[in-house]
Amino acid sequence: MFDELYQEIILDHYRHPRGRGELEPPKITQEGFNPSCGDEVILDLRLEDGRISDIRFHGRGCSISQASASMMTEAVKGKTLAEAHALIQQVLAMVKGEAEGDPDALGDIVALAGVRNFPVRVKCATLAWHTLEEALRSAT
Amino acid sequence: MATTTFSIDASEIRRQFPFFQPHPEMRSLIYLDNAATTQKPYSVIEAVSNFWAHHNANVHRGGHGAGAKASELYEAARQRVAQFLNAREPAEIVFTRGTTEAINLVASSWGEAFVKAGDEVIITEMEHHANLLPWMRLAEKQGATLKVWRITDDGRLNLDDLRTLLTERTRLVAVVHISNVLGVVNPVAEICRLAHDAGALCLVDAAQSVAHMPVDVQAIDCDFLMFSGHKAYGPTGIGALYAKRSLLEAMPPYQVGGGIVKTVSWERLVWSEPPAKFEAGTPPIGEAVGLHAALDFIDSIGRATIEAYEHELTRYALERLQEVPGLRLFGPTPDRAGIFAFMLEDIHPHDIATVLDARDIAIRSGLHCAHPLGARLGGSTARASLAVYNDTAHIDALIEGLHEVRKVFGYV
Repeated sequence: MFDELYQEIILDHYRHPRGRGELEPPKITQEGFNPSCGDEVILDLRLEDGRISDIRFHGRGCSISQASASMMTEAVKGKTLAEAHALIQQVLAMVKGEAEGDPDALGDIVALAGVRNFPVRVKCATLAWHTLEEALRSAT
Repeated sequence: MATTTFSIDASEIRRQFPFFQPHPEMRSLIYLDNAATTQKPYSVIEAVSNFWAHHNANVHRGGHGAGAKASELYEAARQRVAQFLNAREPAEIVFTRGTTEAINLVASSWGEAFVKAGDEVIITEMEHHANLLPWMRLAEKQGATLKVWRITDDGRLNLDDLRTLLTERTRLVAVVHISNVLGVVNPVAEICRLAHDAGALCLVDAAQSVAHMPVDVQAIDCDFLMFSGHKAYGPTGIGALYAKRSLLEAMPPYQVGGGIVKTVSWERLVWSEPPAKFEAGTPPIGEAVGLHAALDFIDSIGRATIEAYEHELTRYALERLQEVPGLRLFGPTPDRAGIFAFMLEDIHPHDIATVLDARDIAIRSGLHCAHPLGARLGGSTARASLAVYNDTAHIDALIEGLHEVRKVFGYV
């Protein structure tokens, strides 16, 4: 059953995170926490000409929260704010089971749909995306 | 694998719990999250249900027999708690929503009246937020100093460290009886004695101990002690505060409202005697009745018997946990309670819990409402915790599950 949750692509992002690290200033920093389980995702991003020109994450947490953050940094780098917003909404809807994920638009991220059957893990998958949403809201 | 004969037949005990009976729509669960809350025996559920069905009325009010009966049941529950803790009299027992509310009551009522600027409160590094945040807030409000009694590397408290922390300004030492993370059983009687020698009071958070070992407030000689019903096979929303009568008499009310005054007019206000003084509003009557039944359940087995059995089970668990490569257990061994917080390789505890959950084994993961302790230990931990209905087969399933966790995360 948890093969769906712990797909190879997720474990790969967990073991070899992309976009892990911090940015030099100027940057926007946004912290995200799941206090109940101790997951932590801290995003550093830079906005230039209405695009996310660079984004990194650090922090600690479970495989789902960290793999999700890793996939997200890959996916949103270079996107306009509107594109990033649209992607955030699509991922959140998919993870919560409200909509099917579009593999063409989401790529690897569709693997996160596996958390649907694990209600207690939805928060882990959404943490990075909510944190990005918060960062973009406070930046604009 | 187990060769010893155990003093309790846990399957016999599980028969008294609906949660462990087969259910057409539910998978049967190996429940190892007892430090969070225990399951409830039929006797508790029936007592609560019987109260709501046949004896529901408000207490201490109304000129009818049903009200008198409800009052009688509520006061009988108080008497039962007093007997359970070996308090001198039922008036030393105040019903609260649980441990958290009881500590908040003491911090607000006693604390704001008796802890002044420059005074000190000592708490330990292993406290749950319930016995940490009320004192942080009190210290800030009163301009008092909060001193932290650090733990040793193996998760114990060193009494010599307390001796160096205590001063003539110390008003209170607040300590947990059994840590909800480390499983350590603290020497609360000695701690109380040291506190008293320094002129301070001593508060014992007994949330994790009352259902697992005998707890005698006169033998401990604590000034305050509290526990929650739901961690002792009883309902949520009910717990008890024990305090010495002289303290309750000197303390102002916590919340004010119905049922806590002798007389009130625009000119004059006279508070009721304790414990009524601290129980404003309609109390959780059905829950108190349920707590009464829960304490009866515990004593039907016997706390010394439960302690001995859980000790045997703990020894077995410690042995078997050692077999899992890459497992780091926190807290002292071998003398400890049946609460096991651990880390496994670099696998996040939440991932451990999910893989076990898929095998119908319930444990907890995270910081266990003890963030400063979590920081000392290096982050989140997975936690398995025992109750009297667990047995060696449950521990075997846990160990097998942990081997599976290692496999899923590529450690085999």
